[in-house]
Amino acid sequence: MSAAMNQSMVLPVAIPAMTAAILVLVSRYGLGIQRLVSVVATASQLLAAIWLYSIASDGETRVYLLGYWPPPFGIVLVLDRLAATMLLLTGVLASCVLGSALGTWDQRGRHFHALFQFQLLGINGAFLTGDIFNLFVFFEVLLIASYGLMLHGGGPRRLKAGFQYVAINLVGSTVFLFAVGTIYAVTGTLNMADLAVKVRQVAAGNEALLAAGALMLLTVFAIKSAMVPLHWWLPPTYGSTSPPAAALFAIMTKVGAYSIIRVYTLIFGAEAGPMAGVALPWIMPVAVLTLVLGTFGVLASRRLADLVAYSVVASMGTLLIAIGLNSAGGLAAALYYAVQSTFTSAGLFLLAGLIVGREDDRPAVVETPAEAQSTGIMMALAALFFLLAIAMVGMPPLAGFIGKLLILDAGRAGGQIGIVWPAVLITSLLLILGFARAGIRIFWVAPERVLDDARPTTRILPIAAIVAMIAAMAALTVFARPVMSDMTSAAQQLLAPQGYIDAVFNSMPRAAAMVTP
Amino acid sequence: MSMEFLLATAIGAMAAVGIYLILLRRTFPVVIGLSFLSYAVNVFLFAMGRLAIDLPPIVSKTAAGYTDPLPQALVLTAIVITFGMTALIVVLSLRSFLETGSDDVTLNTGSEDVASARREEPRL
Repeated sequence: MSAAMNQSMVLPVAIPAMTAAILVLVSRYGLGIQRLVSVVATASQLLAAIWLYSIASDGETRVYLLGYWPPPFGIVLVLDRLAATMLLLTGVLASCVLGSALGTWDQRGRHFHALFQFQLLGINGAFLTGDIFNLFVFFEVLLIASYGLMLHGGGPRRLKAGFQYVAINLVGSTVFLFAVGTIYAVTGTLNMADLAVKVRQVAAGNEALLAAGALMLLTVFAIKSAMVPLHWWLPPTYGSTSPPAAALFAIMTKVGAYSIIRVYTLIFGAEAGPMAGVALPWIMPVAVLTLVLGTFGVLASRRLADLVAYSVVASMGTLLIAIGLNSAGGLAAALYYAVQSTFTSAGLFLLAGLIVGREDDRPAVVETPAEAQSTGIMMALAALFFLLAIAMVGMPPLAGFIGKLLILDAGRAGGQIGIVWPAVLITSLLLILGFARAGIRIFWVAPERVLDDARPTTRILPIAAIVAMIAAMAALTVFARPVMSDMTSAAQQLLAPQGYIDAVFNSMPRAAAMVTP
Repeated sequence: MSMEFLLATAIGAMAAVGIYLILLRRTFPVVIGLSFLSYAVNVFLFAMGRLAIDLPPIVSKTAAGYTDPLPQALVLTAIVITFGMTALIVVLSLRSFLETGSDDVTLNTGSEDVASARREEPRL
């Protein structure tokens, strides 16, 4: 039975890989069958994620050996609580985003569904992998798919923003390769568990080289998670892309945060000897700066999509503050906040697409959208905007409040109250101002011109997807205690990396005899 | 002038050229700069396998020892990935030029963006 459980770990990677290939093959039979295949695949990934979460809840770290090669040499997939949590988050988000794209955005260009599945392949693989070069490969898979998704729908603005997005991520990939090369040259291995062992034994002359590699790796993850000063790509990219793509990209920044957590607790964590905490002094100040700049961006935005993108930057700053606290409470708060901010950002991007009415992407001839929809629809959109805004800003009763509260509590417990509390509280006030002003300008300003162009009515599926995400956040609030106990267990498992290392080396008995950890 | 010095200088020079080109304002130099950066990183990865003279990377009965095959595999992977990305960015820059009429890399190049924003969407 446990062997079957271990084998089922590969499902979140195998299902989208096969489905994407099938989708490209059936693409000539029309969009209907593509939608069907994609919905079935995404639903089965969600079921697989729920199953994996349930089996990871017993606290045991499970390992899957790709090709049954022995661990330090072969590539491993590792399922612990953190990976299972992120997989479940991806599954739920992907289902909601796919639901919102059906019938509206997926016909704006070719191969939306295949690109969607490739994107999920990259994201799921990045969360599961236990090998640092394999992490690079899955990063590339998810980046290439994201280029395709980002450009979906075309248009001059999107193409220009897409070029910048592709260019900066290619530079990031290059730096990733330099970092992995440096780390390999010093330690001689690419397996994360083996790196955790070898890093402790680094020779004194190679310490500087290894530290350089570790910090280059931090730079790459900083690009992905929009840490200042590498956050400039995010607002143009997320502000110019189609709403479902932007909603799915809400989890891509979390992939960067996940990588930081994984690498700097497992490999360069507290037990890494001379390399212990090599990245820590950088994370907290940069996180505060990210939060502040993101908030200023929210106040300065003139377009709704830009405002949401800058609020994503600000939420990443908050998340990184929690990670930088480097305690079990801080990491648990970071995980809770990551989950709820993903739903909030995705909901806001979908809502921004509905408000502006970009379903058909034609330039509109109406000055404000108040005339564009029926009053009932606009009232519903206003209510959704209100709920999502208070969730993003961190006001009660939704999960954003609990997330920020947990971060403030972890900051107080960690002794960094002087930095964390002013940063989070003052920026929350400024974010309230920014979102309130946006809501007033969109929903309360009287229309200045009459409608010249007939606009299609808003479909029900995107609104249903947004409501589903708000319901998920309400569930996170109501069930905050059990969720937080799970997150605390995940954080404690992360801060005790020996369990991970032992699980990887014991996954194949012959290997344990070949390599002495 | 040892071989290591030559190799390190070559990697550094290619990386410097690549970084300079990436910071230029038109799409084609950016693409060429990314190619130079990928050359630099591939040579770097290959050099990470250390120098082993006259030794094969593949198992053979007549070999006295082996050179490290893993960096060679890493280089192959990196070359293939970068090749795909370069093809994508070339087509993207061409399409962007055809749609907008200019190969300027920067966004917000002036009046057309402000006007379209005013037309399309609510200003906050």
